[in-house]
Amino acid sequence: MVLDVQIEKKLPDFELNVAFTASEAPFSILGPSGAGKTMLLRCISGLERPDQGRIALKDRVLFDSEQNIRIPARRRRIGMVFQNYALFPHRTVEENVAFGLHQLSSEERAARVKALIERTHLKELANRYPRELSGGEQQRTALARALAIDPEALLLDEPLSALDTHLRSQVEAHLQEVFSTYQRPTLLVTHNIEEAYRLGERLLVLSRGRMAAYGSKEGIFRHPPSREVGQLTGCKNFSRARMNADGTVEALDWGCRLRVDQAISKPPAYVGIRAHHIDFLEARTGDDAPENVFPCWLVRASETPFRETLYLRLRPHGEEGAYDLQAEVFKEKWERFRDVPCPWHVRLSPESLFLMPE
Amino acid sequence: MDWSPVWISLATSVTATAITLVVGLAAAVWRERHSGPALALLDGILLLPLVLPPTVVGFFLLLLFGRHGPLGKLLLRFDATVVFSWPATVIAATVVSFPLMYITARAALEQVEPGLLQAARTLGASEWRVFREIALPLAWPGVLAGTILSFARALGEFGATLMIAGNIPGRTETIPIAIYFAVEADDIQRALYWCAVDVVISLALLSGLYYWTRTQGFGRARRLAR
Repeated sequence: MVLDVQIEKKLPDFELNVAFTASEAPFSILGPSGAGKTMLLRCISGLERPDQGRIALKDRVLFDSEQNIRIPARRRRIGMVFQNYALFPHRTVEENVAFGLHQLSSEERAARVKALIERTHLKELANRYPRELSGGEQQRTALARALAIDPEALLLDEPLSALDTHLRSQVEAHLQEVFSTYQRPTLLVTHNIEEAYRLGERLLVLSRGRMAAYGSKEGIFRHPPSREVGQLTGCKNFSRARMNADGTVEALDWGCRLRVDQAISKPPAYVGIRAHHIDFLEARTGDDAPENVFPCWLVRASETPFRETLYLRLRPHGEEGAYDLQAEVFKEKWERFRDVPCPWHVRLSPESLFLMPE
Repeated sequence: MDWSPVWISLATSVTATAITLVVGLAAAVWRERHSGPALALLDGILLLPLVLPPTVVGFFLLLLFGRHGPLGKLLLRFDATVVFSWPATVIAATVVSFPLMYITARAALEQVEPGLLQAARTLGASEWRVFREIALPLAWPGVLAGTILSFARALGEFGATLMIAGNIPGRTETIPIAIYFAVEADDIQRALYWCAVDVVISLALLSGLYYWTRTQGFGRARRLAR
């Protein structure tokens, strides 16, 4: 089963313009708030009408602006889990789940609801009202309700963002369990980089309504196609770049010459490296300067619970507060070299560096 | 003692409220899905009976339903006249109570979170089912309040009723009209009596409904019990 989407829609600030295909594997749509992610899901589910394009699910055309096809939401059979869950407050968990099974006989309906409620671990809560549930329980109810109609595709809008941190991993595990048995197009919208990576197989990065990247998540995270996607996938370090005749890369902002493993067809505009990929050499071996190793000076450090974020300059002097690199190291390692006087030495390993043509 | 004003008042108010409930709700639902400057004018017209003196409303109704009025002529073709008959009391009560139903029902429907209606649609529900099973139950406290207000307004209707239905004992004489003519005839005993009856009916109705709406609510009883 395949979901084919190719739509355009004018929004107040920008135009939503996407084209992608989602197969059985979970598909993450990552983007900052206001990138048009929710609008995209609403167009697919039939709650909003695109200006132009085509949406097809398996062999059914759900929307086609040229052929004037517009199947209403109620006949699309697309399960939608809303960001705030949109549970019916006047109906119990069981009644919420049963809502979409209106056309079945009461025995059939009862059997389906019972199976779903067991599968989503809601058995003890079947007679509760939504307001009597925790966030995680509400989320499971919303998911069970969407799955009840045996949807041909499942859309989840920020399924974890309304939950407390300690609940997230639990709900995430539950989502993964459901995804593994569902095996139909599953679109998951999120602004959280790690959720997008963990829950999706493929990834679409959306920025102001435009597809900034689309493909396998490993590929996009390893070699972001543009500086923008690099930033959206959490990379902190970028430098303008120029290719040298000998195949090395000149990092213009960092003022250094780098060897980079990645082969690139277009000339690079930027070179980047992720903060946790920056390697600190605790003892310099020998006198010859090893490849991609540079002296650095600490500008400032900031603490997170388990890691230390270090802002580094690759030159001994510079403008007050300005830095070239942002690095992350585990506390244990930081404790070992924090008292060693600068310059320290960092290695920007050739396999961690990536090049971006734009 | 002739009890007919009580029955006429109740029959008129119940009938008018039933019509108002259905038409007011339908108008509110329809209006929620359509918008435009022309409809703002329509809103104004629908709400006019609330601010106009009942005598003005009654006079307009008389022009409309009278022998030479457009609706009156239409009815004459079926050999029916409305003016100075029991249906006229219903028409007067309906027109004056309609705005209260319409405003409260619209406000109540607007309060229902659109996401809930959309969720119902993605679950395969028809528009009718979305309204009957989601929008209406959630807007119900407001709709009920509108119904109570409309009933109270219909029960107390005097001016427009007198204009279009007159005072025909046993046919169009409602309690407020009976009171007015009792005072006119200097029958203070009788006027006091009807006033007392009116207060008792209204008080019983309002306090009963108020109590009932307070005890409604999803999961409220259990939450308190826990």
